[in-house]
Amino acid sequence: MSILITKDTTVIVQGITGREAVTMTREMMDYGTKVIGGVTPGRGGREIHGVPVCDSVEQLTNKTRVDASVISVPPAFTRDAALEAIEAGIKLLVIITENIPRYEVAQMVELANMRGAKIIGPNCLGVLSPGEAKVGNLGGRAEDAKKAFVPGSIGVMSRSGGMTTEICSTLTAAGMGQSTAVSIGGDAIIGSSYAELMPLFEADPDTKAIAIYSEPGGRMEADLARWVKENKSRLPVVAFMAGRFMDEMPGMRFGHAGTIVEGKADTTAEKIERLREAGIGVAERIEDIPKLVQQGLA
Amino acid sequence: MRFYEYESKALLAKHGFPLPKGSKVAHTPAEAEAIAREIGGPLVLKSQVLSGGRMKAGGVLFTETPAEAKAAAETILKLEINGQTARGVLVESKQPIAQEFYLGVTWDGTAKKPVMILSDMGGIDIEEVAEQHPEHIAKRHFSTLMPFADHKAKELVASLGITGSDLNRLTRIVATLARVFQQYDLTLAEINPLGKLEDGSFVAVDGHVDLEAEAKGKHKKLLEELGIGEDETRQARPPTPFEIKGREINEVDHRGVAGNVTEFDGTLGLVIGAGGGSLTLFDAVRKHGGDPANYCEIGGNPSVSKVCNLTKLILSKPGVEKIAVMMNVVSNTRVDLVARGVIKGVIEAGHEPSEKIAIFRIPGSWERDGFKLLEKYGVEYCDRSVSMYEAAGRAVAKMKAA
Repeated sequence: MSILITKDTTVIVQGITGREAVTMTREMMDYGTKVIGGVTPGRGGREIHGVPVCDSVEQLTNKTRVDASVISVPPAFTRDAALEAIEAGIKLLVIITENIPRYEVAQMVELANMRGAKIIGPNCLGVLSPGEAKVGNLGGRAEDAKKAFVPGSIGVMSRSGGMTTEICSTLTAAGMGQSTAVSIGGDAIIGSSYAELMPLFEADPDTKAIAIYSEPGGRMEADLARWVKENKSRLPVVAFMAGRFMDEMPGMRFGHAGTIVEGKADTTAEKIERLREAGIGVAERIEDIPKLVQQGLA
Repeated sequence: MRFYEYESKALLAKHGFPLPKGSKVAHTPAEAEAIAREIGGPLVLKSQVLSGGRMKAGGVLFTETPAEAKAAAETILKLEINGQTARGVLVESKQPIAQEFYLGVTWDGTAKKPVMILSDMGGIDIEEVAEQHPEHIAKRHFSTLMPFADHKAKELVASLGITGSDLNRLTRIVATLARVFQQYDLTLAEINPLGKLEDGSFVAVDGHVDLEAEAKGKHKKLLEELGIGEDETRQARPPTPFEIKGREINEVDHRGVAGNVTEFDGTLGLVIGAGGGSLTLFDAVRKHGGDPANYCEIGGNPSVSKVCNLTKLILSKPGVEKIAVMMNVVSNTRVDLVARGVIKGVIEAGHEPSEKIAIFRIPGSWERDGFKLLEKYGVEYCDRSVSMYEAAGRAVAKMKAA
């Protein structure tokens, strides 16, 4: 099984005629994802890879069931695209676009919460359930995605898109497949944090353990630690913490927008302590993750 | 991006916040003297740096006369605080404060909403108040979808037990700050202390504003009004010429990223990516005892010329002996294009690729083509069977052997 998406999930792409979105659509279809259409205002009536392009989301949702939308439009138009999808009744949004101001992200999240929708991202590569579907860029071309991601029982969450693939590739090489991998996004405010996705993994009988990639900045790791403790999670969790050098350089920006260290609680040292307190294994190197997962499962 | 105090105050004043009398920036001791004469004593002179801890460092001085103000400005302008020299000296009237409050609006990343924070124990570190006197702090979130409602501000103030004219005056101040926060995509708007004068009115004694870097383009007019240049990053230290060149290389075309260069003083140049991969690899190089010359990020399938120019820039840095080219498993960036860019850069800089490139570790899309090219030039490369950590170790070992 998997979380968020399966091979039956119907997907549309907002911004489908963009250069990168055309490629992404092809890659998703090659992987087996049910892409049923796309939206680009002013391009209604065309086709991309055999699926219809519409001017608005409701032109698609009026006709068919749409489970998820991937949003790949320029930052200035992203908020409106997301609000449109939510108001059209779509319950899962994967927002690829980066460089969206926090205020606008918060607006999308607030409406999503009111309408019972879930947002993954922004500034993410998407979601991939091996053998089921991929929604977004994660894993790239289908043949590359099949090499790095294989079906199995580890749930993966990562604030870095590229590191999602690196971790899954490492798990795959160690004979550990994944239930679902989620690139949650690198911004300070994102639609779904680790702690907010944990209940989904917890409820998925096929997920047996969790691996996460984390960074300096924000309170997301502390929130995860609290969730794991308070809910007595059945899932062993292993975390890798990157950007340790940044502890010595407060106020400098590296990596993603969300990494800036604004207070003591944002440092990797502080986060590692919180994670360890909650019984979460902290890997020193990526290649140590499979071993720690194994220990957690034993 | 952080605003200087005088810029923060200019923004607040624009929206009707009362500031201490005077409140002008001087760039020379003579200017400070003239402003002091205009305002009259007693005075406070404050170093305009982006760093905290000004008071402790001696960057805030109290004086009475214009002559004293001139001398104080001279001291402050020479004073370095946490590696920063002052942008100017803010000269203000020192008014007697009856009570100090803390007022801030910032983001709560867990609730994903802005949060207003008010305390009747102002003037000190708010995290300290939160720890030791939680009953003196009030917090309220507000919606990003609905227009800001004054009663939210009133509830915040009233929840601290404040009533009478203080309640009405503070409500207006809190509501205005919340709206300023919304209007300009701020990530922090803080008045600390917010001083209550003996006549019952309030002034912003100190102010601190951070504007979200992603929203700079939306607020060009404000930045222009405040005299903030487009190139200013306002990080912990100003960008070096090397970093500025890196940014220029990245901005030449829109295909992918080959930038976000940060200068260090080591000997191993790093061409690394992507966002998370770079953080991981930088840690790995340091853990192996390596000495990085720079941090950078490539990703999103940058053009050959961008990678080439970035490579040349890094090689041009004095002291750089070799470069390591490393990324996590890539799906959207093409390995062959990065390989071509790096080799081209090394050759154009007049070096031998097999000599200058300590290691190439980028597995993923189009890796076969990339590896073929590297083989042709005799560059050591590895695929995903070699971990990022191990690849960094090989590069560092080569540096030590050389």
